[in-house]
Amino acid sequence: MWKSRWVKPVIWLVCLTPFVYISWLTWQGNLGPNPPERVEHFTGDWTLRLIVASLAITPLRRLLRQPNLIRFRRLIGLFAFFYACLHFLSYVVLDQFFDFHAMIADVLKRPYITVGFTGFVLLIPLAVTSTVGWIRRLGGKRWQALHRLIYVTAIAGVLHYYWLVKSDVRLPLLYAGLVALELGYRFFTGKLVRKAVAA
Amino acid sequence: MLIRRAADLRYSDITPKSLYLNRRSFLTGLPAAFLAGKELLAPSARAQAAPAPIPNLVKKPNTTGEAISSQQDVTHYNNYYEFGTSKDEPAQLAQKLKTSPWTVSIEGEVEKPVKLSLDDIMKVAPIEERIYRHRCVEAWSIVVPWAGYSLSDLLKKVTPKPTAKYVAFQSLYDRSVMWGPSQAGIELPYVEGLRLDEAMHPLTFVSVGMYGETLPPQDGAPVRITIPWKYGFKSIKSIVKIKFVAKEPPTTWNITNSHEYGFYSNVNPKVDHPRWTQATERRLGEFRRRPTLMFNGYGDQVASLYNGMDLRKYY
Repeated sequence: MWKSRWVKPVIWLVCLTPFVYISWLTWQGNLGPNPPERVEHFTGDWTLRLIVASLAITPLRRLLRQPNLIRFRRLIGLFAFFYACLHFLSYVVLDQFFDFHAMIADVLKRPYITVGFTGFVLLIPLAVTSTVGWIRRLGGKRWQALHRLIYVTAIAGVLHYYWLVKSDVRLPLLYAGLVALELGYRFFTGKLVRKAVAA
Repeated sequence: MLIRRAADLRYSDITPKSLYLNRRSFLTGLPAAFLAGKELLAPSARAQAAPAPIPNLVKKPNTTGEAISSQQDVTHYNNYYEFGTSKDEPAQLAQKLKTSPWTVSIEGEVEKPVKLSLDDIMKVAPIEERIYRHRCVEAWSIVVPWAGYSLSDLLKKVTPKPTAKYVAFQSLYDRSVMWGPSQAGIELPYVEGLRLDEAMHPLTFVSVGMYGETLPPQDGAPVRITIPWKYGFKSIKSIVKIKFVAKEPPTTWNITNSHEYGFYSNVNPKVDHPRWTQATERRLGEFRRRPTLMFNGYGDQVASLYNGMDLRKYY
């Protein structure tokens, strides 16, 4: 079923739905009492969800014996980057309104912003090199090594969320658990171990 | 894994002694059974009153010089962790709060401990309107027209002993309608405290209403404390106990994370929260952040309470 040419557009639309939804709420002036916070949390949530989804592809391919799932990984990864950009922009524009002095202080002084910003910056080279042309230019091995940066971003994203919450850490812990499962799978199926030995 | 289960029987389920002793009369005559039956029903008679206009409210001018926040925002953006940890949950979940009957016990180091009903509380002093800035530790703020009177009017009724140095407050904790500590992430019941001179300060307020009406449950019905120069979490909601004590009492957020939340928790733009800046805040309804004022703009009235104190140390 994953081979159908309809699947990809459907996943594309599903990934776009949150953006349509938050745009609609914005248009309607229906973002609640604290609109900047609402947009920040909404786009942050979807960034994290899609990162978790993109990291699930490799384990699911093997566990479900569905190698074709790989066709959707770039799509999901790029949407994660899209929501990360919106998240970053909502911080720069809605929350801080281009107060660069305050933002630099935030990045340097606030661990949750430091890790969040780091995770975002690390996504940029991955988005840039997501094309077939770049895979060819870098060569499969190097490209793959570079794209392992997503593991760092995933951990940074979870920490970013965990450190932001005041006391009810159940959701951040859920994300932490999912990312731990996904990275743990890679580690214990030897993929990471073998590469580490080879390097 | 420890799985907590509620006991099958609660104390309220136990047959009242009078009914038990009169069990034979149930067979012989209805009147006794009727009387006992009324007792049985009493616990479930606790109910919640919808916000109603406060009669004889003494209006006061808005001295904040700032626009009053929208009532819709103030009643739909709440931190009330017993009813959910997201901002929109309390407006829904707190509707289950039972506010009648209500009793506030004033006790501890006092000459005349009392238990006051809500009616008693409403009669302590004329109910006046006070428009206060309210600054949350999370760097958002609102301007609210509260209805109530100075806490000192209430505290004077019980004649504190010389040994009383602090006042401890406790919120209702009704597990049948509220979240538990494992969900809320804080110990419950919620507790707060003030130094005696802070509690007696005329700005420290007993709120029984807002926007000319009795309090909605999500904002701390039926009676709460409002302290405008401290971060919002000091302004404890739905209080059932006020206790005069000799030593600094434990406070909920300090128990949760003493590194981040101190006993004093005065609004202070110069002392950041370890995780975010306190120099600016977002007023609900405004787009740009605005600078946070020392003591939330009440420095003229309250700064002298902290003369000689290092506010970095006593955050």
